[in-house]
Amino acid sequence: MSLLSVEELSVTFTARGRKDATAVDGVSFTVDQGQVVGLVGESGCGKSVTSLALMGLLPRKGVRIGGRAEFDGRDLLTLSERKLRDMRGSQLAMIFQDPLSSLNPVVPIGIQVTEILQRHRGLKGEKARKEAASLLDRVGIPDPTRRLKEYPHQLSGGMRQRALIAMAVACAPRLLIADEPTTALDVTIQAQILELLKELVDQEGTALLMITHDLGVVAGLCDEVNVLYAGRAVESAGRRELFAHPTHPYAHGLLGSIPRLDAPRGEPLNPIRGSINDKIAWADGCAFAPRCDHYTMECLTGTPELTEPRAAGHQVRCVNPVLPTAEVPA
Amino acid sequence: MTILTNKADKVDRLAQLTQSTESVSGSSLWREAFRRMRSSKMAIIGAAIIAAFVLVAVVGPMLAPHGATAQNWRSEVFPNQGKFVGMRGENWFGLDHLGRDMFSRWLVGARQTLLVGVVSMLIGLVVGALVGVLSGAAATLGGKAGQRVDTVIMRFTDIMLSLPSLLLAVSIAAVLGQSLTTVMIAVGVVQIPIFARLLRGSMLVQGGADYVLAAKAVGIRRKRIVLTQILPNSLSPVIVQATLSLATAIIEAAALSYLGLGNPDPAVPEWGVMLSQAQRFFDNEPMMAAYPAIGIIITALGFTLLGEAMREALDPKLRG
Repeated sequence: MSLLSVEELSVTFTARGRKDATAVDGVSFTVDQGQVVGLVGESGCGKSVTSLALMGLLPRKGVRIGGRAEFDGRDLLTLSERKLRDMRGSQLAMIFQDPLSSLNPVVPIGIQVTEILQRHRGLKGEKARKEAASLLDRVGIPDPTRRLKEYPHQLSGGMRQRALIAMAVACAPRLLIADEPTTALDVTIQAQILELLKELVDQEGTALLMITHDLGVVAGLCDEVNVLYAGRAVESAGRRELFAHPTHPYAHGLLGSIPRLDAPRGEPLNPIRGSINDKIAWADGCAFAPRCDHYTMECLTGTPELTEPRAAGHQVRCVNPVLPTAEVPA
Repeated sequence: MTILTNKADKVDRLAQLTQSTESVSGSSLWREAFRRMRSSKMAIIGAAIIAAFVLVAVVGPMLAPHGATAQNWRSEVFPNQGKFVGMRGENWFGLDHLGRDMFSRWLVGARQTLLVGVVSMLIGLVVGALVGVLSGAAATLGGKAGQRVDTVIMRFTDIMLSLPSLLLAVSIAAVLGQSLTTVMIAVGVVQIPIFARLLRGSMLVQGGADYVLAAKAVGIRRKRIVLTQILPNSLSPVIVQATLSLATAIIEAAALSYLGLGNPDPAVPEWGVMLSQAQRFFDNEPMMAAYPAIGIIITALGFTLLGEAMREALDPKLRG
């Protein structure tokens, strides 16, 4: 059985006097122990909202959450706030996008780390400080005892993210959700952070839900990939399968839009035209249709079902998938 | 210069050099703000004025050449005709209408003024901060019930704010009678809603910050989030306001005393009371009013300058 299985998760933001906005519209995926699963998509496709919904961190007011998210046999979406709070940090943990704003600016790193150790593992005083230092050491922060006394603004961007990772893994959670952990970092640091996450997953058997828009990150880290579009998974497959045979026109377009070094000079880039705002409601048809080169009338008659047109376990939500015969470069 | 040939030596030397360039200890928000304030002219002038004022207030009365009520009858002074005698001889600021040494009274008055300013500011700060924390904590983490609590508290402070402060102070003073304590309470109560609103607003902003979300994401309890995450980050505007409100408190206390609500005891004159007494003789002897007035103005200016400098120094946008 999977560690986390999300079924038909939907999140709708409601505000009085305004139309409801559905950010996540029936997303399903599973994460196994020790597995790295990617949620990929462009800005506004519902990646971050999915992660916040799983952690129970969305505001209660003005938000309607549907579906199920079973973690270790319990539904995260219906657990009481108190139980959920006990699980956060010890069973589930999250790494955020911007390491500077995610650390408390007026409190030294050491206190922020020991706070968690005290909360979930009951460590106090010298013991907690030692454990905190060894945690910082484990995530590759040099001279950890001194760093514990420093404030977030005294650390570099990469070190801040390492400190946040140390806080997230302090109590050996079984599921780690990383919400674009490398977006705010420069490229050399990105590689180091990804390497660190990979190590932690390999050593501890932690499951990692990686939320990103960076296909390079996916290629380097994930076992399974779910491509989201407008709040719905449009393609799910193993990493190799997805990169070798992107089948949904959106995934195909995403991979096709990456600039290539071996392309001839002066070759124009291939963006996906339009923006995520050019969409239709999933209930009326495929949300991607307005931007799709392959759409037909069929695309505009109700939500397309997930099918496996190419290989078992490779799910695609499209009535006109990009199959080998149709694979004509644009 | 020695040339290092051994590779191990080179590595050691490199390690040594990189070590020595790094900072040694942590530097907190406050320490950095202090460092920035040291290079600000406004802060230095403000701090100098305040230091001088505090020194006068603490040591002054002990050094006063005459008692506050000691009368010195000279031929020029006629009781009840209000003949004020100007600067001469040992009476630096002259004598007042009752033949008392103005300089000695001014020194004693400085202590009273500082006392009123600090105590009434503390009343406003402590009560206001408690109300603000309660309201802010309820609003950010208390759920629906908390929001209701917050609304009730805030509507109440709105009512207090909507009353003209001097009117409120006068009514309080009218109920409690004429004394220094009355002035302190009256001025302090007026400050309460200001501190409460300020802290609550600051906490609401911080409550939506990423690090609060991150703290929630590792399961930190709500009480602890308020105390270690939200509150320390919300304090800086309150501290700035405390410094600035010392200036307002001194002016308001002087105003209340001037209106005749201050301490009637002639042995402990307060600058506001002195000002009020001097009014009768203003046409003939304006200097009698000028001394306490200048004291009030310069002190208020000192606190305002320091407060403004602190506001700039604590601005997170300027942090490097």
